[in-house]
Amino acid sequence: MATLQYILKRLFLMIPTFFLVMIIIFVLVRFLPGDPAIAIAGDRASDADLEAIRERLGLNEPMLVQFWLFVTNTIQGDLGSSILMRAPVTEVIFNRLPTTAFLTLYAVGLSLLIAGPLAFVAALNRGRWPDVLIRTVFQVGLSMPVFYIGLILLTFLAAQLRWFPVGGYGDTFGARLYHLFLPSVAVALYTSAIIMRNLRSAIIEVLDAEYVQFARAKGLPNRLILGRHVLRNALISTVTLLGLSIGNLMSGTLVTETVFAVPGVGRLMLEAIFARDYPLIQGLTLTFAVLVSVVFLLTDLFQSTLDPRMRLT
Amino acid sequence: MIDQKPILEVSNLCTTFRRGGVDLPAVRDVSFSVGQGEVLGLVGESGSGKSVTLRSILGLSRRYGDVTGEVRWLGQDIASMPERKLRHIRGREIAMIFQEPMTSLNPLLTVGMQLTETLKAHTDLNRAARRDRAIEMLDHVGIPSAASRLGEFPHQFSGGMRQRVMIAIALAASPKLLLADEPTTALDVTIQAQILDLILSLADEMQMGVILVTHDLGVVAQTCENVAVMYAGRVVEQGAVRQVLGAPRHPYTVGLMRSVPQNVPPRTQLYSVPGTPPSLEALPVGCAFASRCQNRTERCLTARPTLDAITDDRRVACFNPVAAEKAGAA
Repeated sequence: MATLQYILKRLFLMIPTFFLVMIIIFVLVRFLPGDPAIAIAGDRASDADLEAIRERLGLNEPMLVQFWLFVTNTIQGDLGSSILMRAPVTEVIFNRLPTTAFLTLYAVGLSLLIAGPLAFVAALNRGRWPDVLIRTVFQVGLSMPVFYIGLILLTFLAAQLRWFPVGGYGDTFGARLYHLFLPSVAVALYTSAIIMRNLRSAIIEVLDAEYVQFARAKGLPNRLILGRHVLRNALISTVTLLGLSIGNLMSGTLVTETVFAVPGVGRLMLEAIFARDYPLIQGLTLTFAVLVSVVFLLTDLFQSTLDPRMRLT
Repeated sequence: MIDQKPILEVSNLCTTFRRGGVDLPAVRDVSFSVGQGEVLGLVGESGSGKSVTLRSILGLSRRYGDVTGEVRWLGQDIASMPERKLRHIRGREIAMIFQEPMTSLNPLLTVGMQLTETLKAHTDLNRAARRDRAIEMLDHVGIPSAASRLGEFPHQFSGGMRQRVMIAIALAASPKLLLADEPTTALDVTIQAQILDLILSLADEMQMGVILVTHDLGVVAQTCENVAVMYAGRVVEQGAVRQVLGAPRHPYTVGLMRSVPQNVPPRTQLYSVPGTPPSLEALPVGCAFASRCQNRTERCLTARPTLDAITDDRRVACFNPVAAEKAGAA
């Protein structure tokens, strides 16, 4: 019951956030250089044609009227029509969103799979060679930009060895795992490096905690000490970081999806920006804002289930 | 001493930590034994190696340093026992409670979970029986409406109650020996006596031996049969409480006794042993206490006195022990 109340409270608090986001989106989009009418009609269109297009898109209305329309329509779930795709923005976004969601979750999953065990190995062998090796490798991963890692992976594993496709998106779950493997790895190398470093130092700190000594003195089996007492406590700080990295990951899809030719919302955003597709840019930005807020809410909820001292206020 | 064969015999226990390439001799040549149901006091200043001694007995110091010497538990050497085997002795036969009830319980797990996981590790009880036993234990250590508090977390308990919870957890599997590392130091003075009484009455009831680490000589005098006084990692005096505290022979023990205020008029300055203990990184060649000692001679600076028996069950590590008659008068 307390949880439900908390969620409602958080959702309510999101309203001003979104209003602010809408103002920023609206203003920024209108400061983009270039004219959407020209983008639609082409360079050689007549002035009369351009004027007609502007009229149709409502671009001739005063700014405040345009903003009012934007806000009221958005609240009703109408984000307008994409100039580029000639279809409702909501429809365009919902078609592309699952791909990006899949990619993001895939990358997060891989990151955790890589970072979790290695953080334990590094922490338990602190200062010895496994620790040094793991940290060195991840340091390299951290210092290379994702698009660069992506290009290297594409060149060797996809183009030369032909183990993986150079782009695209499968139809079945298995095919998706296969198609999106390289982009996920490219992203996961970076994300897992951040998570590994944080988790490793958290584990090292927790291992010396008095309650872990007490757990040892109780004669618990080692796996229980590590899994129940150490991991849970170490996760508290890492969960926050994980939430932040997922937020980061989503904006990172702009680059990843472009490099790997994945038809998700990240690449859609880039196309929309090049086409001066105002409604689509607005819709996408808003979508990103909603997703990031939801991820942060989920992070906080997860954290409060982990840590009873932080239970929901 | 005690009539029966000791259950725990520690001989020549040494624990060395390495920090930044320097060896820190935290415990040196510590030997003592504990009989069934015996309460042994281990006293000394902070940093004298009392806690490390306890932790080394249970094998908790291994991860941080080198432990040598013998720890015989019911005739079996557990100092060299592999972790996998040792864990069946920890908690089941030898239990330990810590100084800080605030940090020694896992903040993320319910009290019930922390109690029952010990039972699960050491007994064949099923889920329901473990729960019953957990309630029984909490009840036994004096936690009101125990059944309803199983689902609560440590931060919902007060300091004294947390220490009771820790005792309940430690004693859940009915160990034969309890290592108590300053169990009352972090508590309010009013609670201290209650917790101490609880530990001792439970020990008596369960026929359990106790090693009580403390720096409170009053507590030792009231509760222990035997006492070992530690200084800079070594035992400097050891024997029956009546004798050691009644007629201390080592100058350090004398100093400790004098620093307990007794019948002093108000506003007199309290006595403290002059100087500070040497750091472990730079222990002197001779006696570690020499620089603070009034009985010091040339010899104390160049040679270290060994812990020798002066009577059957009384040992002192000093070249110039305080005379028996004089000590008796002090």
